[in-house]
Amino acid sequence: MFENIGLSFQGIWNHKLRSLLTMLGIIIGIASIIAIVSTIKGTNEQIKEQLIGAGNNVVTVQLNQNGYGYEFQYSDLPDGVPVIDQQTRARLASLEGAVDATLYTERTYVDGLIYYRNTGFSGTLRGVDTHYFGVNGYQVYLGRDFAQSDYDDYKKVAILDQSAAESLFPGENPLGKTIEIRSEPFTVVGVVSLTSSYEPYISTYEEYYTYVGNDSGAVYIPSTCWQLVCQYDEPQTVDIQAATTDDMTSVGQAAAKLLNSKLTVSEDSDLAYSSNDVLEQAEQLQQLANSTNQQLVWIASISLLVGGIGVMNIMLVTVTERTREIGLKKAVGARKSRILWQFLTEAAVLTSLGGVIGVLAGIGMAQVVSQLSGSPTAVSVPSIVLAVVFSMFIGILFGLMPAVKAANLNPIDALRRE
Amino acid sequence: MVLELRDICKDYTRGKIVVPVLENINLTVEEGEYIAIMGPSGSGKTTLMNLIGCLDQPTSGKRILKGEDLDGVSDNRLADIRNRQIGFVFQNADLLPGLTALDNVALPLIYRGVRKKARRARAREMLELVGLEDRMDHRPNQLSGGQCQRVAIARAMVGGPSLLLADEPTGALDTKSGGQIMELFHHLNASGVTIIMITHAPEVASCAQKIYLIRDGKIDADHSSERQEEGAQ
Repeated sequence: MFENIGLSFQGIWNHKLRSLLTMLGIIIGIASIIAIVSTIKGTNEQIKEQLIGAGNNVVTVQLNQNGYGYEFQYSDLPDGVPVIDQQTRARLASLEGAVDATLYTERTYVDGLIYYRNTGFSGTLRGVDTHYFGVNGYQVYLGRDFAQSDYDDYKKVAILDQSAAESLFPGENPLGKTIEIRSEPFTVVGVVSLTSSYEPYISTYEEYYTYVGNDSGAVYIPSTCWQLVCQYDEPQTVDIQAATTDDMTSVGQAAAKLLNSKLTVSEDSDLAYSSNDVLEQAEQLQQLANSTNQQLVWIASISLLVGGIGVMNIMLVTVTERTREIGLKKAVGARKSRILWQFLTEAAVLTSLGGVIGVLAGIGMAQVVSQLSGSPTAVSVPSIVLAVVFSMFIGILFGLMPAVKAANLNPIDALRRE
Repeated sequence: MVLELRDICKDYTRGKIVVPVLENINLTVEEGEYIAIMGPSGSGKTTLMNLIGCLDQPTSGKRILKGEDLDGVSDNRLADIRNRQIGFVFQNADLLPGLTALDNVALPLIYRGVRKKARRARAREMLELVGLEDRMDHRPNQLSGGQCQRVAIARAMVGGPSLLLADEPTGALDTKSGGQIMELFHHLNASGVTIIMITHAPEVASCAQKIYLIRDGKIDADHSSERQEEGAQ
């Protein structure tokens, strides 16, 4: 067996150009598949990283109606949905796999709500508790955090995040300035920034809409002041920080269950808390990327099929060329099975070598694609192993017919041929 | 008795026409004999050798090699018999161009499952026997015709066959190397090897102890006596 493999390599080396041309179909097929799979994997890891790694493992649990987030901005307060108290928050924070929890109310895309002099701000306004910045991975970058007295005394103070600070106070120090929130004056006491900043790479509309909420900036006020600018007794949304990414789904579901047990809504209102799981979102995005790329893999497979037929063609030529050798081997006592295995091994070695070269070329192609388009690639080891095994299988499949032909050659005819 | 052929017939069918090539061949070869089979080209002597060498099946008749009836024997068994009992020397040596002289000689032993080291050791002995100990690592294209034929003889002998079959072994060689090859056959026969040689050259056949003539598919009795008579005259 090993000798057959050794002899096969020798044969390939003796016919370098022919072997290379024969392998070309396999090389191209395998290279394209490896390149595509690497790109898929890279994109997937990027999606996961950006959605989850950046999110501090935070699951948002919010009130939904008919499958959409409940719009407090345009609707009356829903019946039977209580304001979440501090005790419940503590229970949420101590769920298995949870690190901390925060309660907040928010208005997104608040046009005409917040002004500094004549500059309007269209971002997000949030009324937050003392846990919000910790859970969401913010740190105070300028000024100070909210103090307990701010909550107790309903102090009209506000904290901006960096993009809000930049859009309201370009080139100015925002600390101590007064902004108007629904005609109420609030004093800016601090600016927060993300502990680990990240810049998502956005190349599609889907990605744009995924990140847009994070990007337009936010103004934070103490949760107790929410009633001054919006309304009393508004039920909050909950952000729970999970210990690990893998805990996110279970923590989110447990939190939603706990909150739902406190609802006293009527059956047909369809109001319920549910977790907004970024892990799930990431998987959906990944599936989208996968399904488009899987079609590419099918196309590349056709190249492999064509490559296989090329191998069969050359093996048939080889068998004809080496008729005398086959006859001689039979004359000195080689059994049919020996000849069969010899040619099968040759075909398999040829295509496996093609597979290995294809894998290397594919990794190279993936690198080039990554350099040109900026999309990342990740080499997947199982796909490499699979590619080489599959190319070996192609060799055996398409080498079978020529090998059987060789094995069945009549030794007399074979020896007579010049 | 090494080989016995009884009433061997061989026909070839070309379309609807049946062409008889060999008719009722009877031949016995004893241990240690050196016989030559002569005949013009097309007389069927190569067909006869293929039948003896288990490369072909007779249309009718019986072949007994070393006491084993070769009728209805399986393909694999025939391959083993060729491997163990028969040594072939062809007109054109037929060495594998990619292998060294040593590996060419060792080739038949691969099919017996002999390990590489043992194979090479045995092949080395054989190359020494034919006087090519200094050409072991040469490829066939680096050897002369006579040297190639000696490698082929070493390959035929490497498995210790009961019967050495040679088909025009000197046909492609000049007189001098042909003479060396004939000397080698003589030497091998003297050490006890049974040889059947096919040739159309009388001077080659004259080395054998017995000469058979094939003409039109029929074999004539031993002509060696005639030759001796000629020699006496």
